Amino acid sequence: MTFLYNYIYYIGCFGLVFIGLYIILVKHNLIKIIIGLNILDTGVNLFLISIGYIKKGTAPIFSNPGINPNRMVDPVPQALVLTAIVIGVAVLALALSLAIMVYQHYGTLNLRKVKQQRW
Amino acid sequence: MRKIFSLIILGILAFGIWYSLKNIPFATHKTKVGKYYVYKGIKETGATNIVTSVVVNYRGFDTLGEVTVLFIAAIGLGAILATRKKKKRKEIEKPSLILYTGCYLLFPLILLFGAYIFIHGHLTPGGGFQGGAIIASAFLLRYLGCPERKINRKASDATESLGGLIFVLLGLLGLIVGGYFLLNFLPKGVPNLLFSAGIIPIIYIAIGFKVGSELAGVIDNLIEESK
Repeated sequence: MTFLYNYIYYIGCFGLVFIGLYIILVKHNLIKIIIGLNILDTGVNLFLISIGYIKKGTAPIFSNPGINPNRMVDPVPQALVLTAIVIGVAVLALALSLAIMVYQHYGTLNLRKVKQQRW
Repeated sequence: MRKIFSLIILGILAFGIWYSLKNIPFATHKTKVGKYYVYKGIKETGATNIVTSVVVNYRGFDTLGEVTVLFIAAIGLGAILATRKKKKRKEIEKPSLILYTGCYLLFPLILLFGAYIFIHGHLTPGGGFQGGAIIASAFLLRYLGCPERKINRKASDATESLGGLIFVLLGLLGLIVGGYFLLNFLPKGVPNLLFSAGIIPIIYIAIGFKVGSELAGVIDNLIEESK
C-alpha cells in the first residue's frame, strides 16, 4: 500500500502515456491517432510536473512575504511544461490540418485504405 | 496480432521505466537550479511569480524560440490549408437567441479576463501564453455563437507581427544598454506591485497579444475550411 501511496502519480502519468502509445500503435483512424498523440503529451506533461512536487509544497509564487521558500515546489519543470503545452497545441493544429488534407486527397481517414501506405 | 505485438512493446517499455524510476523518491528536492531560482529569483528579477521569472528572464531566449515554433506552426497550417480547393459555403443555420445573446455578453468579459491574466503574469499564476489562449477561446466562442461575424485577418496578422517585433526589439535594446540579449534593463521596482520586474510585464503583454491573435488565426483557418 505504501508503494501505491508513493508512486500513484507516476503510475497515473505513465498510464496516460501507455494509453496514448497503444492508441497510436493499434488504431487505423487518423483522428484517433492524433487524439492518442495528445493523450501521450498530457501524460508526459503531468509526469514532469509531478517530478517537481515537494511534500506539502506551495506554488512558487511569493504572494505574501511570509512564505517559506524551502517549501516551494520546483519551478523549472513548470516552466518547461508551459513550453511543452504550447508546442503541443501547435503540433495538434498542424496534425489536424494534415488530416484534413489526407481526407481530401484520399477520401478516407483510415490509414489501411490509404494507397501507397500499408503497414 | 497487431494488438498483442503492441502490448508486448508497451510491457517492455513499462519495465524499463519502472526500473529507472524505482530509485527516484517522490516529493523531495531534486534540482539545485530550482532552489537557486526560488531563493534568488525575486531579488534578481523582481517578479514574485518564479515560473514567470524563469520563463521570461532566466530562459528568455528559449521563450523566443518557443514563440517562433508557434509562429511557424501557424504559418505551416495556413500554407497547408491554402492549397485546398474551396468548396461552396453552405448556408449556416442561424443560432438561437440565447446562444447569440450569451455570446455577445460573454465575448468582452472573456477578453478582459485574458488581458488580466497576461498583465498580471509576474504577480499571479498565469502569463502571456495562458492569457493568449483565453483570448483565442473568446474568438472561438464568437465563431460558434455568431458565425457571420468574422475576425479581421489583417488586423490580427498585424497584432501578431507587432507582438513578435516588440519581443525582439526589447531583447536588442538590452543588448545595446547592457551588452546582453534580453537583459532586464528597466528598474525592478518593489515586488508585488503591478509596475515592477522591469521588462517582464512588457514582454508578457507582447506574448499575450501574439499568442491570442495567432491561435485565433488558427481557429479561423480550421473553421473556414471545415464549412
